[in-house]
Amino acid sequence: MQRAIALVDCNNFYVSCERLFQPGLEGRPVVVLSNNDGCVVSRSQEVKDLGVKMAVPWFQLKGLARQHNIIALSSNYSLYADISNRVMSLLSRFSPGQEVYSIDESFLELTGIAVDHTGYARQMRLTVMQHVGIPVCVGIASSKTLSKLANHVAKKNPRYAGVCDFNGMTEAELNGLLARIDVGEVWGVGRRSADRLRDRDVRSVLDLKRAAAKHIRSGFSVVFERIVAELNGVSCLELDQVAPAKQQIICSRSFGTPTSRLADLEQAVIAYTTRAAEKLRRQRSLCGGIQAYIRTSPHREQDAQHQSSMLIPLPEPSDDTRLLCRAALHGLRSIYRTGHAYQKAGIMLTGIIPAAARPQTLFDDVPGREKSEALMRTLDRINRNMGSGTIRLLGEGTGKPWAMRRQNVSKRYTTEWDELAVCQTRP
Amino acid sequence: MTSINLNLPLARRRAVHPSVLSMTHPNIELLERQRALLRKAVPAGFPSPADDYVERRLSLDEHLIRNKESTFFMRVSGHSMRGLGIFDGDLLIVDRSLPAAHGCVVVAVIDGEFTVKQLLHTSLGKVLRAAHPDYPEIVIKPEQDFTIWGVVQWNVHKV
Repeated sequence: MQRAIALVDCNNFYVSCERLFQPGLEGRPVVVLSNNDGCVVSRSQEVKDLGVKMAVPWFQLKGLARQHNIIALSSNYSLYADISNRVMSLLSRFSPGQEVYSIDESFLELTGIAVDHTGYARQMRLTVMQHVGIPVCVGIASSKTLSKLANHVAKKNPRYAGVCDFNGMTEAELNGLLARIDVGEVWGVGRRSADRLRDRDVRSVLDLKRAAAKHIRSGFSVVFERIVAELNGVSCLELDQVAPAKQQIICSRSFGTPTSRLADLEQAVIAYTTRAAEKLRRQRSLCGGIQAYIRTSPHREQDAQHQSSMLIPLPEPSDDTRLLCRAALHGLRSIYRTGHAYQKAGIMLTGIIPAAARPQTLFDDVPGREKSEALMRTLDRINRNMGSGTIRLLGEGTGKPWAMRRQNVSKRYTTEWDELAVCQTRP
Repeated sequence: MTSINLNLPLARRRAVHPSVLSMTHPNIELLERQRALLRKAVPAGFPSPADDYVERRLSLDEHLIRNKESTFFMRVSGHSMRGLGIFDGDLLIVDRSLPAAHGCVVVAVIDGEFTVKQLLHTSLGKVLRAAHPDYPEIVIKPEQDFTIWGVVQWNVHKV
């Protein structure tokens, strides 16, 4: 039986989430900006049609934005995460084999499911659209790499109405399509590799598909052999059905305005550590160390530059926000230097292990640990039910002068009682 | 486990049987459950006559939300749905997955704004009706920017 793997990808996901609760944005050019309102991370079709590329800094677009009334929204991850969970949960009804690949993409195993895959995929699109209001496209093929490309075709080419099944095509039809796709679109081919491939006259996806393994092997890693095999319909990448627990948790951000005060940096580091520790506990893990880092802005060459980081190992693996903050602050204070305008700070949790694999030590402080676990559980429950940040360490501060710039952030329509969408009773 | 690291201050050394050291905790939750069971199993009197009748407590989420993926909450603003028991500030439980049948209360989008109304399928086409004498029915014109966003399943009203 031929392998059939679907890749379901949400169209302009962040913009689509915003439009769900602000229907007035439908049909208008909309972008969502990254943290700190820096770069474009999601574009509506209208904006794509204006030629705006992904990741363009917003300040470069101000002229075009004024001319075309482009609406720029700050990113609202509380909303996107909830909508994503709903979409993924709906999609899981369509196959027992699901790999949630990113916030807006999911692989589904369709081998042996349904006879008419195209019809089945149309049903998925309709279901997700009706139930959650998010438009999606579906690509189907015999390998993950090909299904990514099928999705690309479904998205770019209105003729396919959002569903493209490579398995249903003849070899000639498929090759005709692949000949028109740039080699840089292939999953796993980075920009630099794409340039090197073009130097060797491998320009289209079809060129790469036909590239002899030995041709590719010289100068490219073994990963490329696998990509070529996948392009030839030989599935080499299995579906990861359970998202592996993260091996590192990073929380870092650029400041709205640079700061040289240690007190500001301390607040930021405590806030980031708090977020990271919440994530750590959510995936039921412990970490063995925490790294704090700070840096000045590399774009302000006139300023004195400084960047540094320090890893603080913990006496034993932990998920206690208080302990992690103490360690992170110790690191921060060791690397901080007066007289620099710091533009970014961050922390990274390392040495992550499952909580169930906690090593036993001779002097295990069991009562102390149980107390800490109970406190963290309570903290998480209150913050989950009453809104994130309801209970936090005082060191996080209340003013957050360093906080992100989020000038035009929408409401958290699905996660905060005070921010629900409002429905008028009269038109 | 043969090598025991006793490279430690003398005062903190304790006699530990090697079998204790080789004990692993494969599953903390399981351990906790076992501990809870042990706590419960200490018989200190007559067993509760209700033990055989322990059931799960009622959950409003379960009662009010049939489809968790497609159910959203919205806040009501305005007084013109009073006739159907929907008041200013009430909480609507809206399911997007349900078909909007004749007579349903729906959340609709007209010209980019959310509105809550009763939907009627008539010979004139779709009609939105408020539940207040001051507001006339709205007949949806084919060219009008109109969609049904979801079907109101419940209204939560604070008394």
